[in-house]
Amino acid sequence: MADFSIDPSAIAAVVNASIRNALPITLGALSGIVSERSGVVNIGIEGMMLAGAFAAFSANVVLSVNGVSPVLQAQPIRLLLATFAALIVGGLMATLHAVLSIRFKVDQIISGTVINIFATGLTGYLYVSGASTLGGLPPMIVNPLNADSGLLFNIANVVLNKDILTYITLILVPLVGFALFRTTWGLRTRSVGENPRAADTLGINVYRLQYTNLWISGMLAGLAGATLTLAGVAFERNMSNGRGFIALAVMIFGMWRPSRAFVGALLFGFATALQGQLQFLGGEKIIPHQFIGMLPYILTLVVLAGFVGRARPPAHVGQAYEVE
Amino acid sequence: MTSTIAPPIVPQPVESPKMPDAPQRATLFGTLQSSLRSLIVPALAIFTAILIGSVLILLAGLDPIKAYGGLLQGAFGSDTGITRSLLKMAPLILAGLSVAFAFKGGLFNIGAQGQLVMGSLLSAWVGFGVSGLPAVIHIPLAILAGFVGGALWGMIPGLLKAYTGAHEVISTIMLNYVAALLLEWAVSPWRASAPPGPLAACSTSGSCASGQTPLILSSATLPTLYTPANGNGDVLHLGVFLAILVAILVSVLIYRTTFGFELRMVGLNPGAARYSGISVARMTVITMVIAGGLAGLAGAIQVLGVTHRFETNQNLSVGFDSIAVSLLAANNPIAIIGSAFLFGAMYAGGTQMQTASHVPNDLIQVIQALILMFVAADQIIRALYRIKAPGAELKVKLSSGWGQR
Repeated sequence: MADFSIDPSAIAAVVNASIRNALPITLGALSGIVSERSGVVNIGIEGMMLAGAFAAFSANVVLSVNGVSPVLQAQPIRLLLATFAALIVGGLMATLHAVLSIRFKVDQIISGTVINIFATGLTGYLYVSGASTLGGLPPMIVNPLNADSGLLFNIANVVLNKDILTYITLILVPLVGFALFRTTWGLRTRSVGENPRAADTLGINVYRLQYTNLWISGMLAGLAGATLTLAGVAFERNMSNGRGFIALAVMIFGMWRPSRAFVGALLFGFATALQGQLQFLGGEKIIPHQFIGMLPYILTLVVLAGFVGRARPPAHVGQAYEVE
Repeated sequence: MTSTIAPPIVPQPVESPKMPDAPQRATLFGTLQSSLRSLIVPALAIFTAILIGSVLILLAGLDPIKAYGGLLQGAFGSDTGITRSLLKMAPLILAGLSVAFAFKGGLFNIGAQGQLVMGSLLSAWVGFGVSGLPAVIHIPLAILAGFVGGALWGMIPGLLKAYTGAHEVISTIMLNYVAALLLEWAVSPWRASAPPGPLAACSTSGSCASGQTPLILSSATLPTLYTPANGNGDVLHLGVFLAILVAILVSVLIYRTTFGFELRMVGLNPGAARYSGISVARMTVITMVIAGGLAGLAGAIQVLGVTHRFETNQNLSVGFDSIAVSLLAANNPIAIIGSAFLFGAMYAGGTQMQTASHVPNDLIQVIQALILMFVAADQIIRALYRIKAPGAELKVKLSSGWGQR
């Protein structure tokens, strides 16, 4: 039988895996919040994430080719440029969603689905397997302690040893929360999401605000994609694997608030992390690994079923606004 | 005097049944004209998507003429090609109907993939697990099993939507992943750490084939209608015509029955439907059950007619293509036959395109996404080609918030 005694290094491993898995979901949820708070449903986060992941990977591949100036190939610059590519591509995908749903008033759910199918097709078409890179993001601060330090070593392993995108994500959670609830932009965003007519009357340019918010939403989704490829380096077809949709469930769970959504994302990260750990502990004799793999998805269903009724979305979300 | 007046009065009742004839002929012509007009936008959407596709091919330094030539050759150039196009068409019709049916009821079923896969598994199980039946009973039973598998899987998001308000777009997608994992487990081979899945193809000595069920019995195999010369095992089976038949049946159900009327009413205006005494929650569940069943049928005919067993890697994209198929046909069941044939032909010709011009097969997905985009945002096409917009029409709204209807 498996040994279930508590081992600090195993706990550290689970915590690290939870944070790691929570990153793209957190960013995806932030992406959803920024867009939905301004009244636009963004079902296309999945596709924007995939496109961002592909853009970051491709930029990394192109810059890793022999002959590119070593200045650009140096560690922080190459991956910053790759991240930048993910932001731009994510933003462009979101702009397409904005043009379709705001300018052409296509049903926002259909428009988002177009984005998803488009991203799957385009990344599949452009992807060439076997491309190599000079490597992904290194940890920003390497754990200076060694295993002999015991508990302290494990704590340091959780706090340190993370790449820069992890820290950026952790900073973005309170930052988006602050912007949403303490700045003019946030007030305008929320008022457009609740009542665009009233906001319009007060002189807010509803369309411009929605375009801006979708661009930001797309960049956040692109960044989520970057966390998938830059730390892991390799790209796979369809690698977003439903995370964009899980992020939407987390957004609802978090009641359209960044900090609560982050808690939800950690929960999902933990559910995903369990998969690897249970396999590691030999739990597969009891539960097949496929069933543990279902956990995040079933958790999403439970969250949706349990929280949608109680959570109140922005009043005008999903409806195209018509200027009079 | 009365006799002179009487004749014109007497024949009138005889003539009166003829009276509606003239306007009827006019409306028939009118509907023909308007249905031709409704073909303009999809046709231009396809044309524009192919044009953009050629630009993508040119950007890759390849020859679009060669590519599309290969595509056409592969899809229509031989009896094998046409057979393959029809084979690819059949599941797309059924899965497309699944999406269209849900859409008419105001629901967006992105879960056709999961429902299809559950239908194929259950159908395969009945196909190999039930023995001793004559084909006349075994085949319908296996097809029914496919319907039931899909219907049960579709019922879950229906119930969730009706009673908790969980949006079907997310719940159906989550169930796609759950279904994929469930199947992977059901047919997983024996490993040191775990026993084989319950439906895996294992010999008596205990060795299992990876990721597939045993072959279905011959009594469950759909009859072959035509065998092309160099088909490499691809034969035209009865399921292709079954799919077309189901499309006609669904059309009748939606447009010619009380149930269909209620379905469309809930789709267009759940509030009004509720006031007229329709239980929106009940309709939501029934809609998803039937939609799921239709997708399950797609899986069943694939298993019983083409693969003859369930394999984990089959039907990878049918579920998602069905969305484009349905939207291209404006969710009209009869028009879906046409759009499914188009998509089926693209897949059938894709391999030939790749060998003829080295353009990767994935281009087809890009073209399909573009078609979907242009059909969904028909204003783009109308603006590009200066086509007048149609009059106000009733539209199903999918994105009205997250909660219950």
